[in-house]
Amino acid sequence: MSAAVTGAVPSPFAAARHRVSARRRAVERIVTTLLLVATVLSVALLVTILGYVIQRGLPALDLDFFTQRPKPFGEAGGGVGPALVGTLLLAAVSGAIAIPVGIAAAIFVVEYHSGRFAATVRFAAELIAGLPSIVVGVFVWAFLVRSVIGHYAGLAGAIALAIIMVPIVARTVEEVLRLVPHSLREAALALGAPRWRVVLRVVLPTARAGVVTAAVLALARSAGETAPLLLTTLGNQFFSTDLLQPMAALPLQIYQYAVAPYDDWHTKAWGTSLVLVIVIGLVALALRLAMRDRVR
Amino acid sequence: MTLVPQTESVVATARGSGRAVPGPREVALRVDVLSAYYGSTRAVADVSLAIEREAVTAIIGPSGCGKSTILRCLNRMHETTPGARVTGRVLLGDLDVYAPTADPVQVRSMVGMVFQKPNPFPMMSIYENVIAGPRLRGWRLSRIEQDDLVERNLRRAALWDEVKDKLRRSGAALSGGQQQRLCIARALATDPAVLLMDEPCSALDPIATYKIEELIRELSHDVTIIIVTHNMQQASRVSTKTAFMLAGDDGTGRLVEFGDTERLFTLPTDPRTEAYITGRFG
Repeated sequence: MSAAVTGAVPSPFAAARHRVSARRRAVERIVTTLLLVATVLSVALLVTILGYVIQRGLPALDLDFFTQRPKPFGEAGGGVGPALVGTLLLAAVSGAIAIPVGIAAAIFVVEYHSGRFAATVRFAAELIAGLPSIVVGVFVWAFLVRSVIGHYAGLAGAIALAIIMVPIVARTVEEVLRLVPHSLREAALALGAPRWRVVLRVVLPTARAGVVTAAVLALARSAGETAPLLLTTLGNQFFSTDLLQPMAALPLQIYQYAVAPYDDWHTKAWGTSLVLVIVIGLVALALRLAMRDRVR
Repeated sequence: MTLVPQTESVVATARGSGRAVPGPREVALRVDVLSAYYGSTRAVADVSLAIEREAVTAIIGPSGCGKSTILRCLNRMHETTPGARVTGRVLLGDLDVYAPTADPVQVRSMVGMVFQKPNPFPMMSIYENVIAGPRLRGWRLSRIEQDDLVERNLRRAALWDEVKDKLRRSGAALSGGQQQRLCIARALATDPAVLLMDEPCSALDPIATYKIEELIRELSHDVTIIIVTHNMQQASRVSTKTAFMLAGDDGTGRLVEFGDTERLFTLPTDPRTEAYITGRFG
């Protein structure tokens, strides 16, 4: 091929060049294959887990499963209504605390980077992100459950979840804020905007998709947390929306059903798992739809 | 003469004192021994300029001569770079731009800026881009005032006819030249007395460049324009005054020569200016 390009006189380097390009093609093919295998593996893993949860959980699902409260063993029926309400409420309260705080921390670090203090904030966020969730649970148990509130309460759980969410939101939002082109900040500043308006009206809206992703990630992660809730909200067999009383939650319900020695409850544990997956999926979808770009 | 074509509109704005009879014109912006620093590095030293009102002043020079830095000092954008600082004075009318009491936000509301790369806000529509300035400053405008502001400034930027049917579409969907004119409309919407343009055509094709140059001539009727360009033909086409800057061996940019564009390009007084405009370097 290269001989045709260089003309009738064969270049002394043509053979060597040909060998190099054959090698390059082989390497290219190997790398492409490896990437494909990795992609297929990760997607297959997701599909397998989801498929298994659906297969095992679907038999437990009916309307009652969503609306009824759990029944004692031996009684037919019963559902995860209180846990569903509890999880949604906990997500709403913890999200309302953690998402603004996380976004604010990220804005501070990126937009008002005042050297050492910003670095300290980042380091602190990293440390909190590295804390095992049970440690957060123990901490909240010691401070809120044992002293301030005095008993297990939904609010304590929401605060524990918020502590887990803040660094996730902060780190993810920090990354997406850094992706906003500097030229947009300059344009806004040059229009005579005060810095805070630049952040609120230009930087955050530009990074909106990434900020929503951060919120979804954090909510999804916290919705599945079990350990800190065991120590804070405790769980509840009855419907309760009182944040100062023990509250049910889907992960607690899964745990309760799963550790019991009854087959029927095991099926219910799978069903509850499926409900949790559905809830997280729907919340993510709803957030995306609510926050999608208006301008196209 | 071929260096300075199409000067009619510029001369027409000179309030009766055309180029042939240079007379004193009102000074819109006065720069007094201005030096700009990045950390401990002095990027620009001791620049003094008197910018005429409602005229076009070009700042030319090779890369790294500090022409963009000077421009960014005029609306206090220089200091938004960490570690950057300025000494000397800039007088905008009777406003001392670097007085301790001067508010950079207020300065920037009187001095608009157009950047090298078109940078419309991607998440805003064309309409929202034009009123971004007033909105970012917290002005409260009625629906009618907003519509009026948008149409008036898109017309001033010679973009109205091209976009009037798609005002709700994203500004990012326009061509490069249209985006740059949208940015000009956005800068004009706050009614600045001075418009700074930092190589506004360097990312554009020749036709888009031509349109922007037409626009610059048109706008100079009621706005004072300072344009930084590394394109000498562009400077000679659009400006009435030209400042030539050059970085010395120490890397610090200095003003070499400042005068009427026609004179500077035909009879430069400094040998370095002559060497530059005849293409011997830069």
